[in-house]
Amino acid sequence: MAVAREAEPVGSLHEVREAGLDREDLLGVYRNMIITRGVEERGHILYRQGKIPGSFYTGRGNEAASVGVATAMGPDDVGTPLHRDMGVHITRGVQPWHIFAQYMGRQDGPTHGRDGNVHMAESSLGLIAMVSHLPAMLPVGVGAALAFRIREEARVALAWFGEGASARGDTHEGMTFAGTRQLPVVFVCDNNQWAYSTPTPLEYATEHVADRAQAYGFEGVVVDGTDVLAVYREAKRAIEKARAGGGPTLLECLTLRMEGHAVHDDAFYVPKVMFEKWAESDPIERFRTWLRSNVDMTEEEEDEITTSAKKLLNDALQRAEQSPMPDPADLLHGVYASAEDLDTPHHK
Amino acid sequence: MAELTYLQAISDALRTEMRRDKRVFLIGEDVGVYGGAFKVSLGFQEEFGPWRVIDAPLAETAIVGACTGASMMGLRPVAEMQFADFVSCAWDQLVTVAAKQRWRVGTPVPIVVRLPSGGGFSGGPFHSQNPESSFAHIPGLKCVCPATPEDAKGLLISAIEDPSPVLFFEHKHLYRRIKGEVPEERYTVPIGKARTHRLGKDISVITWGAMVYTADEAAQQLEKDGVSVEVVDLRSVMPWDKAAVLDSVRKTSKALVLHEDTRTGGFGAEIAATIAEEAFEDLDAPVKRIAAPDTPVPFSPPLEKAFIPQVEDVVAGLRDLAGY
Repeated sequence: MAVAREAEPVGSLHEVREAGLDREDLLGVYRNMIITRGVEERGHILYRQGKIPGSFYTGRGNEAASVGVATAMGPDDVGTPLHRDMGVHITRGVQPWHIFAQYMGRQDGPTHGRDGNVHMAESSLGLIAMVSHLPAMLPVGVGAALAFRIREEARVALAWFGEGASARGDTHEGMTFAGTRQLPVVFVCDNNQWAYSTPTPLEYATEHVADRAQAYGFEGVVVDGTDVLAVYREAKRAIEKARAGGGPTLLECLTLRMEGHAVHDDAFYVPKVMFEKWAESDPIERFRTWLRSNVDMTEEEEDEITTSAKKLLNDALQRAEQSPMPDPADLLHGVYASAEDLDTPHHK
Repeated sequence: MAELTYLQAISDALRTEMRRDKRVFLIGEDVGVYGGAFKVSLGFQEEFGPWRVIDAPLAETAIVGACTGASMMGLRPVAEMQFADFVSCAWDQLVTVAAKQRWRVGTPVPIVVRLPSGGGFSGGPFHSQNPESSFAHIPGLKCVCPATPEDAKGLLISAIEDPSPVLFFEHKHLYRRIKGEVPEERYTVPIGKARTHRLGKDISVITWGAMVYTADEAAQQLEKDGVSVEVVDLRSVMPWDKAAVLDSVRKTSKALVLHEDTRTGGFGAEIAATIAEEAFEDLDAPVKRIAAPDTPVPFSPPLEKAFIPQVEDVVAGLRDLAGY
């Protein structure tokens, strides 16, 4: 039986306005979702062209969850987005050409070819780069929240994890510590129902991951992760609650991973009916329909968004392909940090 | 100058930095109300309050992970592992996150993890280990192992100032046994610089931590035989002072590498290999290693005595080298 609160879908425009989004914001959210999917679709093409070394991961199906949460963040808030959360990078303002350069291991990617795929983050935009050991970023996010609490700043940390990562001890330790100290952190679970090939009944024994929150001393909420406005509303509530000293929330966004774990994986183990059912609530299509019937998004507006996103991504791709490969002579640089490295927005 | 124990020197360093720099805070198990299992932070919570001397749940991953996150937000966290042995629970946070973040994505992680380490008091397999070589092997981490009160204070201040993650191994057997003159003012001892503990001309002993004193006692005995032994206290295991070691070995032409950690793959192997690679022509004897055997640390006193290198073991090793 569910312990977590199961959030209602968002209905009226009035409710959305209450939550803080005007018409222009809503079109911006839609634009970010389109760009998010576009980046990953182009990544697929680059991979098939042999331009991406290693493997390639996407967050198809998670665009509403990632963009919705990131839209609710304040400018000084920070977060630890993972490999299904391209929408967070896009919403925070990461330039797509940097992402393509990162994908291709080029010098102008945020890691200058030292790490691949979404293992990147622009710290000036409040982002902390993930590692492959996914739940490891939860205690790190909790640490950011601890810093805000120590300095009594009205800032919030967002710590992402997947339902697969919820099995690991880092998740338990991070939530235990955050709960005992009521730190300003929101735990965001991207529950896409598959940890590689492992289905949820083999990952956790409760109905929802968010059911655990009560045991850590804070609220758990489950939201339909294909409903960008519901995600936004719940994330906003959780973030503002944390900012006001109300402690953590575990926000679980329920989606389906619409592709394999990575590009090599055809996801044969996911029942076809499951894909069919979730394809009916494609986050972008769903929001487009809502915008048309609730804020009268016109054909022209929609065209402008699609066309400008396409141009942005084409230009970005071209620019990234011109970026040089990294210089191996630089390999030893930066194993240890220097005093100048501390000259970052956060350390100032 | 005041005479302080090794433990008091560590407290002094921590207090000095916390008074000087509001960004510095201490987090660990029982570090607040109780003052830490070894009382390093006794009275700190009264002075600095519960948000700068933070009693954490029994969760080493959360402690080190939280330090990493807080450091990225501009603070200067110092974590205490209650015993160095428990750092295994935080391996991922140190090795996967903290060590690689600067190189990988340009984000410095200026944290210090204090690790009460070492045996000699029947702590058994889980309260006696010296895990420095495991971490010295990880690019991005710094490992310091002071032997004297003066170095303990100066190196801890350097560690807190350092923009990289630093593992500060404080040897428990030295806490109250070793006293020394420690300047009252703030000073730093550079990370990565060795110290000549004892000058000699016939054999070099390269060591660190509590073994510095074992080596010194052995050197005193050899002096009676007319053999002059130099003791090089490495002070930092990573980065380590290769130049100082090679200078000493080139001078004496014989080297004994000594550590309390187990032998195979211990950091002594790296030192011995470097001497062989870079000072082979200057050697008059094969490099000798003395270290604990490849077993867990035993509990019962006669077993532990057989495990930790003793003065007589070092004396025997030095005599072998002297007669080579």
